[in-house]
Amino acid sequence: MRKLPALFLMLASASLAIAASSTRWAHVPARDHARLNPLANQTDAIPAGKLVYSDHCLQCHKANAMGDGRNRPALRSERIRTASDGDIEWFLRQGDLGHGMPSWSGLPEAQRWQLVAYLRSIQ
Amino acid sequence: MHQSSFKNLLTRPFFPAACFLALLAIPALAQDKPYFVTYSHDLEEPGNLEIETKTNVAQPYGGNRYGATAVELEFGTRAWWTTELYLDGQATANDSTIFTGWRLENRIRPLMRDHAINPVLYIEYENTSGADKTILEFVGHDSQSDLAGPNSELRKDHQHEAELKLILSSNVHDWNISENFISEKDLGHAPWEFGYAVAASRPLRSAESGRECTFCAQKFMAGAEAYGGLGNTWSLTLRDTSHYIAPVLGWQLPKGIRLSFSPGFGLTASSLNHVYRVGLAFEFEQVGNWFKKSSEGGR
Repeated sequence: MRKLPALFLMLASASLAIAASSTRWAHVPARDHARLNPLANQTDAIPAGKLVYSDHCLQCHKANAMGDGRNRPALRSERIRTASDGDIEWFLRQGDLGHGMPSWSGLPEAQRWQLVAYLRSIQ
Repeated sequence: MHQSSFKNLLTRPFFPAACFLALLAIPALAQDKPYFVTYSHDLEEPGNLEIETKTNVAQPYGGNRYGATAVELEFGTRAWWTTELYLDGQATANDSTIFTGWRLENRIRPLMRDHAINPVLYIEYENTSGADKTILEFVGHDSQSDLAGPNSELRKDHQHEAELKLILSSNVHDWNISENFISEKDLGHAPWEFGYAVAASRPLRSAESGRECTFCAQKFMAGAEAYGGLGNTWSLTLRDTSHYIAPVLGWQLPKGIRLSFSPGFGLTASSLNHVYRVGLAFEFEQVGNWFKKSSEGGR
């Protein structure tokens, strides 16, 4: 009987995590969600994306893309794996200013897509 | 330029300090635009500190050639809030080298999403002397004659000013287009003064090449800015106002160093004929963590 509350808590946490995960991308407009990475088939998109990552993302999300274990989230995650290319590009463009993620709309669009290719490659 | 004036400038404490900090620079690249007067909606990444010197060299009609530098300490307080401290100084040929004051500014993005036009609110307090020649904006009937007097006279005038700007900025197909509406008020008995700055720029190449490089086209940004005064509440007219047009070029170097250059051309009789601007910026990543680590290590 003692295990029941723990089981309930685990289930509730898992449900919340799934809900939060789906909520993140539920905000993405359908047009952006459906976009495919136009650079996905270019051979140098991944190494170029790695450079963009080193320049702009590494300082917070770390070289292994596992975040800092606190408020800088891991980028090798279910949330990224379940996102479409368009979702990730939209999120990079928008940022999440309220939670510390800058908007990268100032980066050229091609570099955002190269970053998407790199993030896909490390999952 | 009088050589001893420049020598004095180089021996001022902030120059060796800036050079020392440059040696400590660690790789970090911002998406900053190479503008000198215009602000875009790019804010400093949270936790990062950027140290930038903005220097302009010019010669007003009837005055001596001068070089004025603003040392800018820009900190990303939040992703939507950037705080900056400016320390201003100048060296005038056949005259002197002096510290001319400081400014404290905050830039806040009120909207948390990226839009077609992104507003940023800018609030600044300035405590400068009349000898300040950093000309980081032009308002009211600012004129080249304001820069021509001897430092001993100009510095007698002390200015406590508040400045408000509405920054509007858009990113369209790798172009950044920014417009600033400036209003400035001396906190003494002076009218509100108005000014403007507009700019556009883009990188010379959009995509990364996939290999480390320093001279690649994507490391350069080019564009132009225009800025000037719009009169004041006592005389809301363009008569006797200064206006400039200035191409801008920015170069992102390794190790978080950014270099920018802009020759400005005066368009009216009140304007300086030419003003040459050079900017040198260093970005330091996550400076808040330096203190966290040292305090954790001290435990």
